[in-house]
Amino acid sequence: MKSLKNLYENIGLPRLIIGLFFVFLVVTSIALGFSPSAIFSDVVRRWLMYGTLVLAMVPGIQSGIGLNFGVSLGISAGLLGSVLAMEISFLRNWPEVLGAGAAWMTLLLALFFGVIMAAVLGTAYGLLLNRVKGSEMTVSTYVGFSVIAFMNIVWLSLAFKNGELSWPLQGQGLRNTASLAGSFGGLLSNPDTVSATQPPWLHWLAFRIGDFTLPLGLILVFGFLCFAVWLFFRSKLGIAMSGAGENQLFTTSSGINVDRKRIQGTAISTVLGAIGIILYAQTYGFLQLYNAPLMMGFASVASILIGGASVKRAKISHVLIGTLLFQGILVTALPVVNEVIEIGTLPEVLRIIISNGIILYALTKTKGGNQ
Amino acid sequence: MNKANSFLKKIGTALFDNKVMIAFAAICLAAILLSGSSLSFIVDGVFTRITRNTFTVLALIIPVLAGLGLNFGIVIGAVAAQVAVFWVVYWGFSGFEGMMLCVLIATPLAVLFGYLVGRLFNRVKGAEMIAGLILGFFADGLYQLFFLVVIGGIIPVNNPKLIIAGGVGVKNTIDLTGNLKYAIDSVRMADIIAAFFYLIAAVTLVKLILHFLKKYQLNKGDLISLGIAGLLFGISLIPQVGRFLSTDRLGLLNALIAVLVVLIVIQVVRIIKILRTEKGNLRKIVRPVLTILVCGLIYGLTYLPEIEEVLLFVKLPVLPFLLIAGLCWFNHKLLSTRLGQNMRTVGQSQPVAMASGIDVDKTRVIAMIISTVLASWGQLIFLQNIGTFSTYGAHTQIAQFAIAALLVGGASVQKATNKQAIIGIILFHTLFIVAPQAGKQLFNNAQIGEYFRVFVSYGVIALSLAMHAWKKVKKEDQPGTELVEQE
Repeated sequence: MKSLKNLYENIGLPRLIIGLFFVFLVVTSIALGFSPSAIFSDVVRRWLMYGTLVLAMVPGIQSGIGLNFGVSLGISAGLLGSVLAMEISFLRNWPEVLGAGAAWMTLLLALFFGVIMAAVLGTAYGLLLNRVKGSEMTVSTYVGFSVIAFMNIVWLSLAFKNGELSWPLQGQGLRNTASLAGSFGGLLSNPDTVSATQPPWLHWLAFRIGDFTLPLGLILVFGFLCFAVWLFFRSKLGIAMSGAGENQLFTTSSGINVDRKRIQGTAISTVLGAIGIILYAQTYGFLQLYNAPLMMGFASVASILIGGASVKRAKISHVLIGTLLFQGILVTALPVVNEVIEIGTLPEVLRIIISNGIILYALTKTKGGNQ
Repeated sequence: MNKANSFLKKIGTALFDNKVMIAFAAICLAAILLSGSSLSFIVDGVFTRITRNTFTVLALIIPVLAGLGLNFGIVIGAVAAQVAVFWVVYWGFSGFEGMMLCVLIATPLAVLFGYLVGRLFNRVKGAEMIAGLILGFFADGLYQLFFLVVIGGIIPVNNPKLIIAGGVGVKNTIDLTGNLKYAIDSVRMADIIAAFFYLIAAVTLVKLILHFLKKYQLNKGDLISLGIAGLLFGISLIPQVGRFLSTDRLGLLNALIAVLVVLIVIQVVRIIKILRTEKGNLRKIVRPVLTILVCGLIYGLTYLPEIEEVLLFVKLPVLPFLLIAGLCWFNHKLLSTRLGQNMRTVGQSQPVAMASGIDVDKTRVIAMIISTVLASWGQLIFLQNIGTFSTYGAHTQIAQFAIAALLVGGASVQKATNKQAIIGIILFHTLFIVAPQAGKQLFNNAQIGEYFRVFVSYGVIALSLAMHAWKKVKKEDQPGTELVEQE
């Protein structure tokens, strides 16, 4: 009895409700006659698609800046890296010169550009956040919005030659959604793309078992990133960073520079955001520019909170559970809703209510306890 | 020499205090010059937007006063108004009665919502703004659920003009033409004066009865206000004046002259008072005299053909402006009441307020209720003026734009006044009107101008929040957590 109560307290009410809702949706959709393996393929795909973006929350929370709504900064860096890499690939005519390696080179170059820009921006952003201690979340939300609005102007002014990116017959401006089909789209996760473009010895990257699609390449990359973050927080540097987030006074007195740790945490979070959006685009198959990433920070924040993180504490397991539950609900809700009542926008409404509801809940939890 | 120095210093601080406003005014001026739009077009557009948006922006002032910061939760007030508008249109009411019904439905809803928001904000003290922002999104989700699923899905409705073909959910836009459009704008001046007279008469009657019941002492002020109301009403019955007042729009030229006359009368009264009470102290009348001179100068300027053209072109709806003036007066008067003083104390320091016996939580909840109700009325004014109700979009940006406008006027998280709100609206919406055209001239792309104005509205909020937080951190920097600055 006591252990049951303990278990309940560990899980928490919102997670319990959301978890049960997910199970309910899965059971209903299978009962409605949808193929379980197709559903699970979708769930796994979406899980991995958003995973890294949610992982980006961990260093932010651990280093003490709270929920990093400003991950849009990293997202913008990743998007900019991707479009630059694609343009270079087009100008250098990589698909003909490098063949099957072109997509890999583009992906690596995108990651390279994205990570460098994100590291620089993240450091500057960390400096700003050190100036606004105690109001990080409000400030970071609006910094995130401003960055997206600024990038809108950038996307609109870039004059690229690559026809996949720019509007046809206009000298200026990039498309709202650019297809990655000719580039690195699906390289790690789509069995059709992999078998069509890659040599046979790479076909293990993504394959089908019956109806079930296993994006092994993406699983490995995401797993590696999770492991790296996990390992980092076991290292001396990572422990110092967690300490900075947990208790500033104590950490300062033990000779650790709290501000520097916070900047590092913000920078790592931003870099993971950049990697996250590139992996997202890779899985999705499209690069979404303009206002598409505006609310992505919110989805990431909501996911990690659903996973059981608080404003002050987050673990890799929170990332995994939270993303699975949140994205799982959204994936399974669509077919169920379409079958029961024909309102296609309902999952979107559901997403808004769940994600913002859980953030609100987390806010009342922390601040309420402090009084 | 010393005097000149201190004067320069004064100007320096004045410039520094208003830096946001000045910077923004410069951007606006540049954009106006670049856009090449005609002055009539800009002024007309700005006044239209003042009519639409000022009420909502003014609704933000009380929470700032009570220390709740910028109220991102006004979205919820707007939602209350929109629920009311939908049902009123659905039931087929129209015109001024329809609008009154909207107010009757929206107000209790907004009171309820405001109470709940206030309760929530008391649980997240110190994080009201982020909670309000998230709450706005959350409320939007519930609103969509209500309008897409509950209406038609659970509440039976039957109106092919408003409901999506399947019978469940409300359409994207609701046309208000023929029912609520201009329901407030088109109230005639004569009716306003008559209503004002009847109201004052009724109030005086009640006071008179109370006077005879010995519960209230009738004073000179009551009779004077009745006299003024009666005089105005009497004048409005003169046929020539009546014809002029039977319209609902007032030319900007007439409005300007009216405002100038009122200002001059106020200053003259002030001068007379000063002369009577402080004989010989002529320094005090410098300011009123200067104000009168400026008023005269402005009147002189209206004879310039370019300006006269603009002033004759622009027509103002009367009642919305009176409502805005009324709200300014309310915000101003509230400060001198006990409640207003309590709010100010709570806003400055909650421990101090608590020590002096003020119920902090209750005061904050009241501030939120007032703000939410005002926001819902503001949204009603907005919708009736714009004439099309975009069911799923009308409320989403209002907090964003209202707050940006307020901040542009020089307000901060802790201080906001009526003046800042009005200056902010003028500047912010001037930019909104001219930015696309300026973008077209500068970059050959109107879209860039549009994105630029969105960027500005987000950017100004980010900047202002960051500056506020920065100041707060500097103040709180305790010796125990001495932090090594690094750049």
